[in-house]
Amino acid sequence: MTTLIVVLGVVLVLAILYLIFRISSLVSVAKAKTSDDEVDSSNGVHALLFILFMVFGLGGFFWYSYTHFDSYTLPIASEHGAWTDTLFWITMGVTVVAFTIISIIKFVFLYQYQHKEGRKAKFYPDNHYLELAWTIIPALVLALLVFTGLRAWNDITSPASENAEVVEVIAQQFAWTVRYPGKDNVLGDYHYQKIDAINEFGLDLSDNKSFDDFKSLELHIPKGKEVLMKIRAKDVLHSVFLPHFRVKMDAVPGMPTQFKFIATKTTAEMRDELGNPEFNYELACTEICGKGHFSMKMSVVVDTPEDFEKWKAGQEAWLKQNPDYLKNVPAGLRESAMIKAEIPVETGVTYLEGVKAVAVGSN
Amino acid sequence: MATTHTHTNIDVHHHDDHEHEHHEGNFWTNYIFSQDHKVIAKQFLITGIFWALFGGALSVIFRLQLGFPDMTLEWLRPLLGGWITPEGKIDPEFYLALVTMHGTIMVFFVLTAGLSGTFSNFLIPLQIGARDMASGFMNMLSYWFFFLSSVVMLSSFFIETGPAGGGWTVYPPLSALPQAIQGSGLGMTLWLVAMALFIVSTLLGGINYITTIINMRTRGMSFTRMPLTIWAFFFTAIIGLLSFPVLFAAALLLIFDRSFGTSFFLSDIYIGGEALANVGGSPILFQHLFWFLGHPEVYIVLLPALGITSEIIATNSRKPIFGYKAMIGSMLFIAILSFIVWAHHMFVTGMNPFLGSIFMLLTLIIAVPSAVKIFNYVTTLWKGNIRFTSAMLFSIGLVSFFLTGGITGIFLGNSAIDIQLHDTYFVVAHFHLVMGSASFFGMLAGIYHWFPKFFGRMMNEKLGYIHFWLTFVGVYMVFFPMHYIGIAGFPRRYYSWTNFDTFSGFTDLNTLVSVAAILTLSAQFIFLFNFFYSIFRGRKASANPWKSTTLEWTTPRNPGHGNWPGEIPAVYRWPYDYSKPGAKDDFIPQTIPYSETPESNLPHENELIKLETNGDGAIVIEGSKH
Repeated sequence: MTTLIVVLGVVLVLAILYLIFRISSLVSVAKAKTSDDEVDSSNGVHALLFILFMVFGLGGFFWYSYTHFDSYTLPIASEHGAWTDTLFWITMGVTVVAFTIISIIKFVFLYQYQHKEGRKAKFYPDNHYLELAWTIIPALVLALLVFTGLRAWNDITSPASENAEVVEVIAQQFAWTVRYPGKDNVLGDYHYQKIDAINEFGLDLSDNKSFDDFKSLELHIPKGKEVLMKIRAKDVLHSVFLPHFRVKMDAVPGMPTQFKFIATKTTAEMRDELGNPEFNYELACTEICGKGHFSMKMSVVVDTPEDFEKWKAGQEAWLKQNPDYLKNVPAGLRESAMIKAEIPVETGVTYLEGVKAVAVGSN
Repeated sequence: MATTHTHTNIDVHHHDDHEHEHHEGNFWTNYIFSQDHKVIAKQFLITGIFWALFGGALSVIFRLQLGFPDMTLEWLRPLLGGWITPEGKIDPEFYLALVTMHGTIMVFFVLTAGLSGTFSNFLIPLQIGARDMASGFMNMLSYWFFFLSSVVMLSSFFIETGPAGGGWTVYPPLSALPQAIQGSGLGMTLWLVAMALFIVSTLLGGINYITTIINMRTRGMSFTRMPLTIWAFFFTAIIGLLSFPVLFAAALLLIFDRSFGTSFFLSDIYIGGEALANVGGSPILFQHLFWFLGHPEVYIVLLPALGITSEIIATNSRKPIFGYKAMIGSMLFIAILSFIVWAHHMFVTGMNPFLGSIFMLLTLIIAVPSAVKIFNYVTTLWKGNIRFTSAMLFSIGLVSFFLTGGITGIFLGNSAIDIQLHDTYFVVAHFHLVMGSASFFGMLAGIYHWFPKFFGRMMNEKLGYIHFWLTFVGVYMVFFPMHYIGIAGFPRRYYSWTNFDTFSGFTDLNTLVSVAAILTLSAQFIFLFNFFYSIFRGRKASANPWKSTTLEWTTPRNPGHGNWPGEIPAVYRWPYDYSKPGAKDDFIPQTIPYSETPESNLPHENELIKLETNGDGAIVIEGSKH
């Protein structure tokens, strides 16, 4: 019933609109506005509307940009982020000035040179000096922007230093995991065909660097120390986005990528700065990856270097959490694996004997 | 520089003395499988309008989700069925399909086929003085391949797994693996087939446009006397011809990866509890191939709109376009540069950072010719005598969007700044203004301006004004707030942002955007009414309602097959002799020889009079006698 009323209402409104349209066009016929010689009487209205549009448009733009500044700018928490944000605001300054001037000139021209009976437009087909001027000036300004941008870009993408803290972020539909290199500070090898439900990393256990690697579901990084984030994906493209750190890099299956940065504020410091005790840094996915793209989140914690070391020391090696994978370690490396992964001898032996028993049994 | 091909025109001329030739064919050959460029243009136009509404409606559906996340969409169930979840929300995978299809439809079907297909077909023969396209048959095929492509694309909405859902850029592996997303099943196959057909259509059309412009200009229509519309269509067709085959290759390789087990784009994948055998491919390769088309595509969409606007702004300012040669030069420069900037879409894909520096440099160079175009438009307005026709209003709207959206390109082209902005709403705002809305306004401007030539009647100007102001303000309300949302880091293609504290704000702006989107789409129905009503009931147009100089206005009100009932007029001057000092009227058509306008000729033009005639009064250009 309500649907019927809505439909009838819509039909009625449309019918009224149509009637108004018909009447107005009949009136205009009656007024004999049929020749093309006259310019439409509403010509001046448009000129005025453009001026109003300019005033309210630019006014609204400046007002909103000023009053809501804090709601659309994210605080910066990395060294290069301060640099790229400066570039952003320099570009903003240059372009907003250009935009405002050109907009005002354009809309004022529209008003000033609206049609007037009897006036003739100026025949002004070209002026090489003007053309040259507005080719060269934008070119120079852009050249400046390019070179400042290039310096920042080259610095950001330069190789990480030797002693950078290495972490590996692994993307999959629709979750992130992090792998830390453990005490040896070197990530062990991996191969995608070794991935299974438990060995999420595809750790290659014939590499002795992999024994002490550990897994985390939170990204912990130290403040003030360079972090080299290695990035890979297991299934489709994803993209690591750390908005507060101005970090973004795609995760590509089959092609590991990386991004280096230095965090400048711990989580606690950022909470103080924002006055929000609930605040947490977040990692988001910014490359369309399927149904759960919008929910692919991981928490990020920035610790002081001391807290970070403490946290690392408290983590168990992946192999220790999954000791039955000891059987995949080549026999000659098992002892060193148990030492590096800090697996108690009893536990290791139990698992390995189980393996042996199975092996004997199958003989 | 002039043409020497008039013999072909004479042949047509013999059976072309009647203004209307409709009685010669039947309904099918006149309106369906017509080889007349004007009918084909109308076919492209109507199909384009259908797709524009369809694509616009898709965007409103996903804007409902983004603007009103708590709203129940149960009332859409009769239309969308299973795509509405039991909780009354849009299914997240269907959301991605909506986004994907909105992009694909708008970029390819509306702004490529609907814009280039319509206006290149319609205006090239009319403005250069040709009876028809070089090959009417190929031209007809071009439309019907497009039609077929449309049918295939549309059919993907009616299959169980839904249309393609990997984004309009269809990056593999997502688009290659049906286990990754439903839309990568049959929907993606249909997408690829539809695109392959579409590319065939574009190439058939493009070859025709280029050949026609080079070979079939009327006497006196040298390259430097061509209207800027024709120059724009010419460059557009060349860009398309060079770049679409690359997309075809990419699509073909993707088909191989999907169906025949090759590994062009796939490597090291573990999905659904299973490690795939594919090794050695590169997803980045696909991105290079895609954007090698994808970036020139931006200009394929934009250049025709800029050409149309140049023509309309000059006509309605009653002034020559400022810097005619600079306009051609900047379009040429843009066309060339468009091929060497593609990787600025890929700064953070893991591509070698050195490539990033190179592409950043090249990308920011392209801002220079674009700036020149804007300055030239503004200078054309200076000291004009401006008539705000509906077409003029939409052209001004285009310049405004081109400026607003173009300027944010300077941010995104800078790789250091792009790190933060890539794949956020800042990008969405940027390209919707500079490419989407600007081109869309160019298309609307073109429809309003050439409607009298299309259908012999005028559109209602009052409705045009209302349509313009609602759409102009509406588009800004939709896309301007997105800049703020983007600076705040909101990623695009998100179904909802509430999972993240960082992106939990701006519900107010998102609601505003959605409301504005709905209103803007509604305003298009005013246009639709005006368009279809005016075809049948509009005021009859005079031969040259805008007092324009170009050749199409020398045809009869309803030009028949062959366009001119008699001989094709010759051209004696450039197309922008508006408000020439000393002239009686404020415009001098291209067909008026300098010998007839001694009062307004410039010194160098008086010298051209000698070339216009020889002894017996016949017109001679470069020695070829008619």
